[in-house]
Amino acid sequence: MSADDAVSDPAVRQNAAQLATGDRTDTLLQTDDLVKQFGGFTAADSVDFAVEEGELRCLIGPNGAGKSTLLKLVTGALEPTDGRIYYDGTDITDLAPHERVARGISMKFQVPSVYSDLSVRENVRLPVQRFATGDERARRIEAAIDAAGLAGYEDVPASALSHGQQQQLEIGMAAALDPDLLLLDEPVAGLSVEERDGIAERITRLSEEAGIAFVVIEHDTDFVGRIADEVTVLHQGEVFREGPIEAIESDPAVQRIYLGGEGDGAA
Amino acid sequence: MATASTDGALASLRTRFEGPNTVGNSRGFWVAFLVAVAGLVVYPAFGDAGQLSLFLVLALLGLSLSVVWGYAGVLSFGQVVFFGVGGYTFGVVSINHATPSGITAAVVLGVVGGGLVAALMGYFMFYGGVRDVYVTIITLVSTMVMHTFMAQTAGSEWAIGDAALGGFNGMPAIPLLALGVDEVFTLQLVRNTVELSAPLVGAVEFDLFYYFVVGVLVSTYLGLRALVNSDYGRVMVAVREDEDRTRMFGYDVKRVKLVVFTLGGALAGLSGVLYASRNIFIDPQVFGLTFATLPVIWVSVGGRTSLLGAVVATVAVEYLRVTIQGEWALVVLGVLLLVFILALPGGLVPWFEGLRERFRGNRADVPGEAPDAPTEVTDS
Repeated sequence: MSADDAVSDPAVRQNAAQLATGDRTDTLLQTDDLVKQFGGFTAADSVDFAVEEGELRCLIGPNGAGKSTLLKLVTGALEPTDGRIYYDGTDITDLAPHERVARGISMKFQVPSVYSDLSVRENVRLPVQRFATGDERARRIEAAIDAAGLAGYEDVPASALSHGQQQQLEIGMAAALDPDLLLLDEPVAGLSVEERDGIAERITRLSEEAGIAFVVIEHDTDFVGRIADEVTVLHQGEVFREGPIEAIESDPAVQRIYLGGEGDGAA
Repeated sequence: MATASTDGALASLRTRFEGPNTVGNSRGFWVAFLVAVAGLVVYPAFGDAGQLSLFLVLALLGLSLSVVWGYAGVLSFGQVVFFGVGGYTFGVVSINHATPSGITAAVVLGVVGGGLVAALMGYFMFYGGVRDVYVTIITLVSTMVMHTFMAQTAGSEWAIGDAALGGFNGMPAIPLLALGVDEVFTLQLVRNTVELSAPLVGAVEFDLFYYFVVGVLVSTYLGLRALVNSDYGRVMVAVREDEDRTRMFGYDVKRVKLVVFTLGGALAGLSGVLYASRNIFIDPQVFGLTFATLPVIWVSVGGRTSLLGAVVATVAVEYLRVTIQGEWALVVLGVLLLVFILALPGGLVPWFEGLRERFRGNRADVPGEAPDAPTEVTDS
C-alpha cells in the first residue's frame, strides 16, 4: 500500500477507538478499513474516511473511483464486505438504513426522484411527518421549503419544477430531517451556472446556519472550490489524497489520474 | 349557526377521506357517492341482488389488490390464495360449529387466516430481499401450489372434524352467514329473499345478506380511503414510487410492505369468507390461474391507483363476464387487459379524472373567469 496509509492510520485508529468507546471527539463519521467487493471487483478498498462535525467535505475522483459506493455504505444501502463504520460515537455497521437516518444521516440521490404528482408542500411533508405533528409539522414544512429556496412554489406540482428546482427540493427534503450529516451525490450535474450558484448558496447556508456536516460528490472543481473546506480524492476504491482544494488541484498525481494515467500514490 | 357548525363538522370529516392519493376530493364527488350508495340500497327492487352481491363480494378482493399493488407497489397474483384460505377456513370452522356463535368465529378466523398466510409469505419475501417481479412470480406459483394441493384432498383422510375438504369437487354444505352469540343475539344473513312485515308498507322483500355486503363494502372503501390519505398511506405511496428514497427518509420499507401485504391478505380473506357463505360452497377453482388473473384485470381496467376504480371495474368486468359466458368471456377479458395495458395503462378512473381536471383547467384559463376557488375547507 501507499505511504499515505502509514501516515493517516494512527489517527484513524485513535478516532475509531474513541468513537467505539463513546469518548467525545469532533469526528462525526469514521470508516475503518471499509471494503466492498462486487464479485471480483473491489469498489472500496480499505477506506479510512472521516468527517468532522459541521465540516463541508467534497468527494472527488474519476468515474468508477468508488464515490457513490462509499456513500451507499455509509447510508446502509450497501453492506460492506469488511470493515466498520462509526458514527457519533457508535458502531453503526449493522444498523438498517432507516435506523441510521434516525441517528442523523441523510442522503440525496444523484437523480432527483421527487414525487412528481405531489405538490412541493406534499413532497416535503413526507420526511417531516415521521417525527413532527400539528403546528410543529406545519412549521417544519414551511422552514424546509424556505431552506430549499422554493417559497412561493408550495402548491406547484413537483413535475412542473425545473431540473434545478427539483434538485433544490431534494436538498430541502433531505435537510427537513434535521440531519447532522447530509450526503449529496452530484447535486449540480446538468445544471446551468445560475442554478449551480443557487445550489451552492443552499449548501453553504445550511452548513453555516444549521451546522450540518456535508459530504458532496462533485466533479466540477469550481463548484468544489466554492463550497468545500476539505476535499477527499478517491481513486480505484482507495483514498488517494486529502486536503484543501488548492493543494489537491495543483497535485500532479491527482491531475494524472483524472487524465487517465496510472497515478500511483508514491508520486 | 347550527348549519355552519354542521358544515364545519362535515368538512373536517371529509378531510379524513380526502387527499392526493384518491380521486374525488370535492363536494360533488360525495354527493355522487351518496347517490350511488342509495342506488345500491334500492337496487334489489329492480335487479338481481343475488348476482350483484357476488360482484360486490369480489369487489373486496379487487380492493385488496388495489391497496397492495396500486398503493404499495407490490404486484401480487396471490390475492386469491388468501381469498381461498379465508373461504376454506370459514367452511371448515362453520361446518363444525354451525351455530351463530360458531359461524361468527368462522368469519373472524377466515379473515385472520387470510392475513396470517399473507404475513408469513410477506415476511419471507420482503425480509428475504425478494423484490419487484420476483414477488409476482412467487405469489403466482403459490396459487398453483394451493390449487394442486387442494385438488388432491379428495379422500376421507382429508377431513377436519365434520368438514371434508372434498378435493377437486370442493366443499359443499357450508352454512349461510349468521352473526351473533348463541342464545343472546343472533342474526341470520340469508341470501334468499325473505318476507318481512313492516307497518304501512306491508310485506317487503329483504335480502339481508346483500345489505350486509353493501355495508361491508362501503365501510371498507371509506376505511381504505382514510388509510391511503393518512400519514401511513403517504408512506405506502412513497414506497411504491421509490423504495431506496423512502428508506432515506427514515422509514422501514420492509415493514411497511409486510403490513400492507398482511392487510391485503386479511381483506382478501374477508372476501373469501363472504364468497363461501354466499355460495355455500368452495372448490379449488378459486386457486386456479383464471381466477388468480381476474383481480389483476379488474384493477388494471379500473386503475390500480384508484380504490373507486377497483370497485367499479370489478362489478363491470364481472357483469361482462357473466353476460358473455363461456370461453369467449375469457378471450374478451384477455383482449381487455391487453388494450388497457397498451392504451390506458393508468386505468379508467384516473383517466376520467385527468380529463375532468383538464376540462376544469381550460375553463380556468379563460380570461375574465375566476380561477378555481379552493374547495378545500380546513378545520381550524
